[in-house]
Amino acid sequence: MVSFSAVAKRYPGGQEALKDVSFALGAGELAFLTGRSGAGKSTVLKLIPAIERPSAGTVLVGGQNVGALRRPALPYLRRNIGLVFQDQKLLYDRSVYDNVMLPLAFSSHAPREAARRVRAALDKVSLLEREKANPIELSGGEQQRVAIARAVVNRPALLIADEPTANLDADSARRILDIFVEFQRVGVTVLIATHDEALVAQYGARLLRLEAGRVQ
Amino acid sequence: MNAWLRQHARAAAQGARRLAVLNALVIGIALALPAAGYALLESLRALAARASLEPQISVFLPGEAKRADADALAARLRADPRVAHLRFVPREQALKELGAVQGVQELVGALGRNPLPDAFVVDAAADSIEPLAADLARLPGVAHVQADALWARRLASLARLGRLALSLVAGLLGAALVAVTFNTIRLQILTQREEIEVSKLIGATDAFVRRPFYYTGFLQGVAGGLIALLLVGLALGLLNREVRLLAESYGSGFRFSFLNGADAATVVLLAGALGWLGAHLSVSRHLRVIGQ
Repeated sequence: MVSFSAVAKRYPGGQEALKDVSFALGAGELAFLTGRSGAGKSTVLKLIPAIERPSAGTVLVGGQNVGALRRPALPYLRRNIGLVFQDQKLLYDRSVYDNVMLPLAFSSHAPREAARRVRAALDKVSLLEREKANPIELSGGEQQRVAIARAVVNRPALLIADEPTANLDADSARRILDIFVEFQRVGVTVLIATHDEALVAQYGARLLRLEAGRVQ
Repeated sequence: MNAWLRQHARAAAQGARRLAVLNALVIGIALALPAAGYALLESLRALAARASLEPQISVFLPGEAKRADADALAARLRADPRVAHLRFVPREQALKELGAVQGVQELVGALGRNPLPDAFVVDAAADSIEPLAADLARLPGVAHVQADALWARRLASLARLGRLALSLVAGLLGAALVAVTFNTIRLQILTQREEIEVSKLIGATDAFVRRPFYYTGFLQGVAGGLIALLLVGLALGLLNREVRLLAESYGSGFRFSFLNGADAATVVLLAGALGWLGAHLSVSRHLRVIGQ
């Protein structure tokens, strides 16, 4: 599903985020990408939907070399990837429902089907009764769940989350991770970046340790 | 409804929601000036065209001329092959006609004696009006020759000058319309920045992100065009109240007429197109920098 081979990423300032990263993630697999802050976890995740491009090496997603994709092709790649951002990127000028609706606006679903999918996604993160609320009224954990609902509403085959449990208490964090495990159970490939190795150890999933620009 | 139509309907609705009434008003006022100028000039041009179609020359005799002088002149005029038709207007009849014009009657009564000369109204054969007028002026016993086509031509060339000035004004205000739209869209892009950024990250195409802004620009232009037409209609209505009184004193039914359907549609669509252009320039310049 996702495969990195000898990927390096240097930012324009000369900072080398990744030196030589290689790993492969099979379809339906759940993996945690760990490492201390600044190890390059976010960079790895951004390379998958081609938000960043590799300086060297290749990133394959579903067999596609995403580093070589032309700009007009990017939206179609990203629609098949559910993204949960580190800062969530929710829109505070609209309701929870409309936030989750956002990705469906530009894919071509009939309105009734779109509404059904939004409710289904909100139901999976147990926020159906908060659909009319503004995200600002929700707790940190609830906002994170809205972000997850928005990421999965298009039913992507691949789900990527950047530090989804940061700033959450242990209970909320576990609740979030449980949701990701649920998605993996129904066949979604899931990759989660986190610095909290102790928390994810209890899930017994595969760990990709990022250190000094390499996966150990 | 298919997906393409649905996306456009959505973008149009979004574009319409972002429409700024005040901006449309600014555009409307800016466009009203050239549109009104065009309507005025078109009316004057129609008047000049009608007048120059009648190749008439008035030949006035000296005030003291006897009827015998007039008969002699009539014979010479009839001999000229360029004279298609000749009508004699004796001075008594001219005074009576003048007296029939509303408002002048009292003036005529106050004159005491008839100041008008005998005259001939000459219908010239086509295209010979100016040389004929010049020749007639040289005939003995002719005091003054007046060719109506001349003032019509002067009016027409004035109107041409006016049209040129109008094109310049229209060009400038068209550029202003583009600039106003450019800036409106720029501000909207700034306020929508987060939504645009997130949308691009989760799979919105550039076309999807741009579409509502194009609709806003186009609809704002169209709204401005409609406001301009409304203003022109109101202004001409006011103007025509006075023009009617003036025209009637000349025995004319002249009115400034509103733009015809095709011209009115052109104003609205052109405004829409310029709005679209302003949106296009703004979107091309400002959206590129948002999102990867």
